[in-house]
Amino acid sequence: MEAIQTQRLTKKYKGLTAVDSLDLVVHEGELFSLLGINGAGKTTTIKMLSCLTRPTGGDAILLGSSIVRTTAEVKNMIGVSPQETAVAPNLTVKENLELMCGVHGFPREKRNRKVEELTKQFELAQISGKKAGKLSGGWQRRLSIAMALISEPKILFLDEPTLGLDVLARSDLWDNILSLKGRITMILTTHYMEEAEALSDRIGIMKGGKLLALGTAEELKNKAGTDKFEDAFIAIVKGERPLNGGN
Amino acid sequence: MRVLTFSGRTAKEILRDPLNLAFGLGFPLVLIFLLSAIQANIPVSLFEIERLTPGITVFGLSFMALFASTLVARDRESALLQRLYTTPLTAADFIFGYMLPILPIAVAQSIVCYIAAICLGLPVTVTIVYAVLFIIPVSLFFIALGLLCGSVFGVKQVGGICGALLTNLTAFLSGVWFDLDLVGGTFRKIANLLPFVHAVELERAVLNGNYAQVLPHIGWVLGYTLAVAALAVLLFLRQMKRQ
Repeated sequence: MEAIQTQRLTKKYKGLTAVDSLDLVVHEGELFSLLGINGAGKTTTIKMLSCLTRPTGGDAILLGSSIVRTTAEVKNMIGVSPQETAVAPNLTVKENLELMCGVHGFPREKRNRKVEELTKQFELAQISGKKAGKLSGGWQRRLSIAMALISEPKILFLDEPTLGLDVLARSDLWDNILSLKGRITMILTTHYMEEAEALSDRIGIMKGGKLLALGTAEELKNKAGTDKFEDAFIAIVKGERPLNGGN
Repeated sequence: MRVLTFSGRTAKEILRDPLNLAFGLGFPLVLIFLLSAIQANIPVSLFEIERLTPGITVFGLSFMALFASTLVARDRESALLQRLYTTPLTAADFIFGYMLPILPIAVAQSIVCYIAAICLGLPVTVTIVYAVLFIIPVSLFFIALGLLCGSVFGVKQVGGICGALLTNLTAFLSGVWFDLDLVGGTFRKIANLLPFVHAVELERAVLNGNYAQVLPHIGWVLGYTLAVAALAVLLFLRQMKRQ
């Protein structure tokens, strides 16, 4: 079974087409990156796949469940780390993790086990009692991903997880993401080409709500005839005829 | 219970903010002591403790609207709500999770004000208990107003609307600081069409045992509470869909 299969997935906002009949398959256990310039439709795609916004057309099947017809089932199998650091600022790191356990209805034993497990996995023990709002951007992002993993999701959406982080914090977060690879399916959106190249199994490049190219970093470089992935991205995006609409 | 988890988080976010405690609890207390001191030197019937305390308890509730609106607006801006919308929490969990924990904070604020008033000479009678109970629908009005504003406006905007505008509206249109008859005319008519003066008169009537005067005022308060709560729920659901 594929992890994600979109079927002519479309989102329109008052005449503006943010995502245009997107057909995409993401394999189970894969780390799939969605790239594109601002307004390409990456975040809208993630929002539809995570049931935050309803498609105006088409559907997506996540491990057999529809984002249109069985949203509750989808919500039980996904985790989302939004673009902004979505943490409760006056709660401690531990309380933030407990909050996520609570909203998923975990009993006390499971809650304690999950908090301990994720604290260890993301090396949060040293800041466990600190208020989340007082943490640096890097630590907040790390906590944000740990919160997304509380529900033991089968599919994890990471929307620009390293945006605004310094080199070291980004490197740490890459290690965290790589440690999850193969165990869960991850969909990553990013503006950083080297990030997509280093982490992804496959990459999709979007523009104007459409998928322009799809493949591994090597395949995309070969397709564009470039040595560097960034050049390949630019060639693919610039080489496309201007599209009508877009978001 | 998922809603209890979310409620607990709401309470912690509010109670752990020192500014909330300073304004929510400290400011009404300062006003009671300050106006009582003025009353002791220059007697004004409006500032007699039996008339002043119910007004201050209602005025203090305007801060509950500020707390609720700031929290909801901040959760929207920080994308915490976006994250929580992808969990099994339902719309009802969110609405109750925001509103219910602020209610005991509002009641506690009212109790503290009455304790301060007792220290300043308010006779201890059972009507104080009734006055605290009748503060519940008034609190719900202010909390719902906060949810409404937080669902529509950003953090900076709610600071201005609920922090400055609402507290001033509550102060000037409620008859706490001055008798509305002194201004009269259109001002008095507008004040009577809004819930603030009715909330204060309701509390004054209950505290002073004038139960015959409760009915018209409770009608205004409940009417506004239901209308604002319904609108708040609609606007919250609308912003939820827009995510």
